[in-house]
Amino acid sequence: MSTDIPEGKEAAVRLADSDFAIDRRDHDARSAIADYWGRVRSGELGALPAILGLVSLVVLFTALRPDTFLSKGNIANLFTQALPITILAMGLVFVLLLGEIDLSAGVASGVSAAVMAKLIADSGQPWYVAVITAVAIGIVIGTGIGWLVAVVRIPSFVVTLALFLGLQGLTLRLIGDGGTVPVRDDVIVALANKNMPVWAGWTLAGICAAGYAAVQLARWRRQRSRELVARPIELVVAQSATVAVVLLAGTYLLSLDRAPSPFVTLAGIPWGVPLVGVLLIACTFVLARTPYGRHVYAVGGNAEAARRAGINVTRIRVSVFMIASGFAAISGIVAASRLNSVTPDSGGGNTLLYAVGAAVIGGTSLFGGRGKARDAVFGGLVIAIIENGLGLLGTKAYLNFLITGAVLLLAASIDALARRRRSAAGR
Amino acid sequence: MAENGDPVLALTGLNKSFGPVHVLHDVDFTLRQGEVMALVGDNGAGKSTLIKCIAGIHPTDSGTIEFEGRPVQIGGPRDAAELGIEVVYQDLALADNLDIVQNMFLGRERRNGLVLDEDSMEEAARQTLARLSVRTVKSVRQQVASLSGGQRQTVAIAKAALWESKVVILDEPTAALGVQQTRQVLDLVRRLADTGHAVGLISHNMNDVFEVADRITALYLGRVAAVVRRAEVTHGQVVELITAGRSGDLGLAPTTAAESI
Repeated sequence: MSTDIPEGKEAAVRLADSDFAIDRRDHDARSAIADYWGRVRSGELGALPAILGLVSLVVLFTALRPDTFLSKGNIANLFTQALPITILAMGLVFVLLLGEIDLSAGVASGVSAAVMAKLIADSGQPWYVAVITAVAIGIVIGTGIGWLVAVVRIPSFVVTLALFLGLQGLTLRLIGDGGTVPVRDDVIVALANKNMPVWAGWTLAGICAAGYAAVQLARWRRQRSRELVARPIELVVAQSATVAVVLLAGTYLLSLDRAPSPFVTLAGIPWGVPLVGVLLIACTFVLARTPYGRHVYAVGGNAEAARRAGINVTRIRVSVFMIASGFAAISGIVAASRLNSVTPDSGGGNTLLYAVGAAVIGGTSLFGGRGKARDAVFGGLVIAIIENGLGLLGTKAYLNFLITGAVLLLAASIDALARRRRSAAGR
Repeated sequence: MAENGDPVLALTGLNKSFGPVHVLHDVDFTLRQGEVMALVGDNGAGKSTLIKCIAGIHPTDSGTIEFEGRPVQIGGPRDAAELGIEVVYQDLALADNLDIVQNMFLGRERRNGLVLDEDSMEEAARQTLARLSVRTVKSVRQQVASLSGGQRQTVAIAKAALWESKVVILDEPTAALGVQQTRQVLDLVRRLADTGHAVGLISHNMNDVFEVADRITALYLGRVAAVVRRAEVTHGQVVELITAGRSGDLGLAPTTAAESI
């Protein structure tokens, strides 16, 4: 590598120091905040709208239903309600990153869940065989979509709209008109209905908080010692502390006894939450730290540039649909666990729109190239709070549709306006 | 070790047709180490086709390509990149949503096992920018979306220089730029040659050509009208070579020039 001549390196770094008078490597907290504010103003909103939405919705529903909304039981309910939406949205983030859409992810989750439930109930297979088969079916569906979109070059909107209809037929065929397949397997049911022991919850939360801080600090030290662009230490510490507080506070809330009767105890983190945690860490790692993730962003940002850089664009396109449908299958399993059954309309209706809404509210752009795995978590919580809060308010069904539609439209408008802002600021 | 002025890439007798249209006629084209060779010609003269043949995008019909004295076949863009030929196209091919370092290493990321080696990529990117004395970017971790046209061009050129590239070909690098940004990019083109690259510069702008080029190849309707040293010709002569294929003693014989039409 011509740039790697060892003796040239020192000189180059010195040269860089003199020549990059405006290349700021060291930020103090103030310049970093100014920088962040500048980015927000030029349309890099990140998770800001989702967090603002989260806070204002909690305040709103607490004010409207002070006794029920923030009750211990309802908080746990909120989390389990958010689980399937979040998992579905996390898979969709990959598709949205390419500027594509998967309208069939919801019904793909229904098909996968139906297959799983049938395998357990009718064929007596153990839960793991059923789960693996369900996820495999999801991935097969995704491969089909990906092939039609990337190789045959049909717009993803049309392919997945066709599958949205077709897969509902498949679920109906599997389960039968008006039928219901019960889900009674202990492991599957536990996902959304059973909780971790309280001590295990605390341990896990502690490990996650400490691990996050350790990773952040290690990166900061490495960047400082190699004179790379690093964030100010105040910010790193503040961020680690925030994550720790959120994790521990959540664990505390979920560890309170929320049983309605004093004779039983019901406490602990629902098992689905650590599942989402694992998926979140895995997706964040893949997107931010691996060449594959980098290539997904590149294809979403400029497919032609990616192609010329030697990236196999077709393969990336197929792979994101595989991931989305695979995640849809997991989401379908969690949803089946929550409802203890699979029906022909599992995953139909507004499931998919909720998930797309979650990803977009969280900050993933519909235009491709921008988004993170964590968006699904923020957005999933926002959607769950709306669904849950409206339920508590006892609003009429027609209002629920109107309000949820309006929220989705609002998120998409923020996305579009931020994008315009970015291109205007394309300084 | 090759020295300045030695041919790095030499094309001889290159022919290329698209169906019945004979686009390149026996074209000879040489890029030398440490020199900027301008490639000028009217629209449709075959400039882009010639570049795409070098980049491996179009296969050639006949003719030989020598790289550092060895005959080579360029069967595709990968072959060209492996030889050390980098082409910066007019549309730059940068991903807006990635930062400068990520763009410079796009498709050729350094890895540390399974994960990206961000640290060493950032160091190498900064060194390359320093070597080319780029002072216009605020941070190498800035997103490309926030850069001006001139800065984007700078990043695209630096990207080409980052690799062990020996030949860098620039397609109209100043076409969309203002006065000051043009200045910066031309300085960069010059430094690219001064740091030992063989540089090819396609341009419509005579001022740019006369400012940075060492030699000029004029194409006229798919033929090389003349290869001249910049110091030995005037603006007017080059313009005549472009528009008529000949200028005084220079250029194609009158009969050839006429029959090409």
